[in-house]
Amino acid sequence: MTDTTVLAPARGVLDQDWRKIVNYGLLLALAEVFIALANMPVGLDDFILIEPILSLGYVSLLWLPLLLGYSIGTEKVLEGVTSHAKGAREVVAGACVGLIGGGGVSGLVLLLDNFDLRDPLVNWSPQLLALLAFDNGVGYGVGVWLAIGGGLGLLGGSMHLIAPLARRVVSTMVLAVVGVAVLETILSDIAEDLFLEWLADWIYFIRGGVSLHGAATVAVVAGAYAVWGSKAVKGAKASYQALEGVERKQANKVSIAVVVAATILLPLVLGKITNELLANVGLFLLLALGLNIVIGLAGILDLGYVAFFAVGGYTTAILTSPNRGDSWPTWIPQVWWVVALMLVIVLAGLTGLFIGAPVIRMRGDYLAIVTLGFGEIIRLLFLSDWLGGFTGGAQGVTNVPGVQVFGLANVRGTDPRAVFYLVAFFCAIAIYVSWRLEKSRIGRAWMAVREDESVAEAMGINTVNVKLLAFVVGAVLASFSGAIFAAKVGSVFPTSFIILVSIVILIVVIVGGMGNIAGVVAGSVVLIGVLGGPKQPGLLQEFSEFKLLIYGALLVWMMLKRPEGLIPNVRRTRELHQDEFLQDAWLKGQIDEGDETGDGGEVAPA
Amino acid sequence: MSDSPRSGATPLLEMRGVNTHYGAVHILKDVELSIYPGELVCLLGGNASGKSTTLKTLLGMVTPTSGDVVLDGEVVNGQPTSYLVERGVTMVPENRRLFKRLSVKENLELGAYLRTDKDGIQRDLERIYGLFPRVYERLAQKSGTLSGGEQQMVAMGRALMSNPRVLLMDEPSMGLAPALVQTNFQLIQQIHEEGVAIFMVEQNANMALSIADRGWVLQTGRVVLDDTADALLANPELRASYLGEA
Ligand SMILES: Nc1ncnc2c1ncn2[C@@H]1O[C@H](COP(=O)(O)OP(=O)(O)O)[C@@H](O)[C@H]1O
Ligand SMILES: [Mg+2]
Repeated sequence: MTDTTVLAPARGVLDQDWRKIVNYGLLLALAEVFIALANMPVGLDDFILIEPILSLGYVSLLWLPLLLGYSIGTEKVLEGVTSHAKGAREVVAGACVGLIGGGGVSGLVLLLDNFDLRDPLVNWSPQLLALLAFDNGVGYGVGVWLAIGGGLGLLGGSMHLIAPLARRVVSTMVLAVVGVAVLETILSDIAEDLFLEWLADWIYFIRGGVSLHGAATVAVVAGAYAVWGSKAVKGAKASYQALEGVERKQANKVSIAVVVAATILLPLVLGKITNELLANVGLFLLLALGLNIVIGLAGILDLGYVAFFAVGGYTTAILTSPNRGDSWPTWIPQVWWVVALMLVIVLAGLTGLFIGAPVIRMRGDYLAIVTLGFGEIIRLLFLSDWLGGFTGGAQGVTNVPGVQVFGLANVRGTDPRAVFYLVAFFCAIAIYVSWRLEKSRIGRAWMAVREDESVAEAMGINTVNVKLLAFVVGAVLASFSGAIFAAKVGSVFPTSFIILVSIVILIVVIVGGMGNIAGVVAGSVVLIGVLGGPKQPGLLQEFSEFKLLIYGALLVWMMLKRPEGLIPNVRRTRELHQDEFLQDAWLKGQIDEGDETGDGGEVAPA
Repeated sequence: MSDSPRSGATPLLEMRGVNTHYGAVHILKDVELSIYPGELVCLLGGNASGKSTTLKTLLGMVTPTSGDVVLDGEVVNGQPTSYLVERGVTMVPENRRLFKRLSVKENLELGAYLRTDKDGIQRDLERIYGLFPRVYERLAQKSGTLSGGEQQMVAMGRALMSNPRVLLMDEPSMGLAPALVQTNFQLIQQIHEEGVAIFMVEQNANMALSIADRGWVLQTGRVVLDDTADALLANPELRASYLGEA
């Protein structure tokens, strides 16, 4: 909201858009029932956030009424449209939404008490009933949930009444306390490594969860940051953006140096668990960077990307392990990982050509389906009787040795720090390559093909070759990740390369922001690091049961609210929000009549 | 405009008895036409008569099932589009079709995709800035956010960046506001006067014929009229059926 907008006086309490309130309320009720039946409250009840009052199980139900209670009162502020000051009306709207939502949970309590639907709904359990009724009888549960819903909705709505700064302080405090509580394992691990055990002991309760005084401490620090810290950060950002030419390049160099130094130094002080997480993040980052070239730059929706990961993993395993399938003639030696990698590059490139050549001429949606099929075919081939003698079939290839680095180190799973360094090295290469390619002639050609393939062809771009090249570059990057994966885990099985891997990488790329290297890095850290990969545990191991649900929800939310990804690049943002921009302009009467924005491409007949 | 360069010289680009199919559907039927160096000619025809297909066939994006496309006397059937672009044939596609998420500058540079002469590219960029000052003001802007008229300029600029000898234009006035159509035709003439041959596909027959040397009329993939622009303008048949006069 701009400060210059003149606000009309607040509307009356009863001047509500009741239909919208009912919609929001029903949405809330539905979401709450869904969360409850997805077993989140029971499954996460043992995860104590604040000792002794709050578990993550309850939080899974409590955050939504607050959020929707607030968002019912927000309106899209378009310039030129009168907007009203916020008042009691928003609070009432929030409370009504919350009340309907609470009613949904109450209804669930009654149903749980009277019917047994355990057959279709596996989580329809007495535990759920007990949890929702607070171990205190059905009537109590019904009443309390109505009160909680209404109360939280009201609280959310009343967030409109306080000043923006206060709102920021409150939300930062809440998020910080929940964040610190949820990230307990990792934070106390880091604290130990940094000799800050005393701090962890102060904040965390012995048997898990944040203690009350710990929560207060965190809240105070977060509040202080919201008031002063974020201003400093913003200032720094603004002054960076004001830099020009040489100075800006220098600033960039400095920040790259800082990132590199942190990447090298941090793992030294971090513990095993953290390094293991970072190694997984790296493996998936490498995959995501490759897929980002294929999808983000060249616009090829490849859903079978896991195939190249599998080729890298299997090739490395077979070439380096003494325990490969028994159809191999004995004269084929076991080789050093680096030698195997050379062959991995060649084979991945060939696989890229082999899969790419037939599919690359297809249109987007067909291509997506066919690549999805190829991804599975590769996995099934490794599993099949036909190749089983070479790939070990369902037994896979085991005893894969680590990576010997000139007698200095043996990089394998038992030493996650070393794995991290190895994978970081390859990520650095991948980032550099992506960045150079993006700026190059071939990068231009990829973008042209992504934007409009037949016009790209008319410019003289050989679209088939250019797309194949993107496919092959992506394949090789994925195979690097596979090669490291095999050495890290020490074995490969067909089940390591299921479709879900492709989907997760795709989500990382989309959530991070397609075609945006920094965004892909952020996406990997947040999704893989915090939630975990398809089979790899993340920071929140308690969430692993709900990982896919959260991935899906996140994906939908991102597509709706932030299609440009976590770290937007300015250009994409402008394009994706252009509709809003045009609306604004139209409302201001700024589009000159007659000279309409030339967007006729879709409506014109061929 | 009657001093046609047709006498004697070899045509720059020709179609000789071309037939084209999309799958089993016969689109172009025995099409004959020729474009001479420095000419401004136009192809008229209603919706779905095969105008765009003609251009795509000339540029090698569609391969004829029989007959020849001939460039400088050489048969170029089956050659890739890049072969023709390198030799001076370029298209301004229907509806401009800019690379919307790329900047104006990037669009222009993509027009010169096949060129390696850095100095020449720079010179042509400046030529285009001179021709279209509006484009210069918006180099960093994303091309999808330009107005229709500006997009048309970028599309023409992008095509000129390949340093063409002949420009194939697919319905340049489609989707433009009436006031802009006039300006647009002036720009086309201006480019023509710099020595670039122009082969223009249009539904706006009156306007097109008023600046063209010669024209063809296409009806369901067959050339039904082939004459000088003046003669076509005077042709009662055309006036009745096509120029919308009773
Ligand atoms: N890629 C294609 N595949 C199949 N049919 C097509 C294709 N492109 C055009 N056509 C058909 O060919 C005919 C001529 O199209 P086109 O050359 O675009 O006509 P015009 O440009 O004169 O409107 C139309 O009937 C159209 O539907
Ligand atoms: Mg057409």
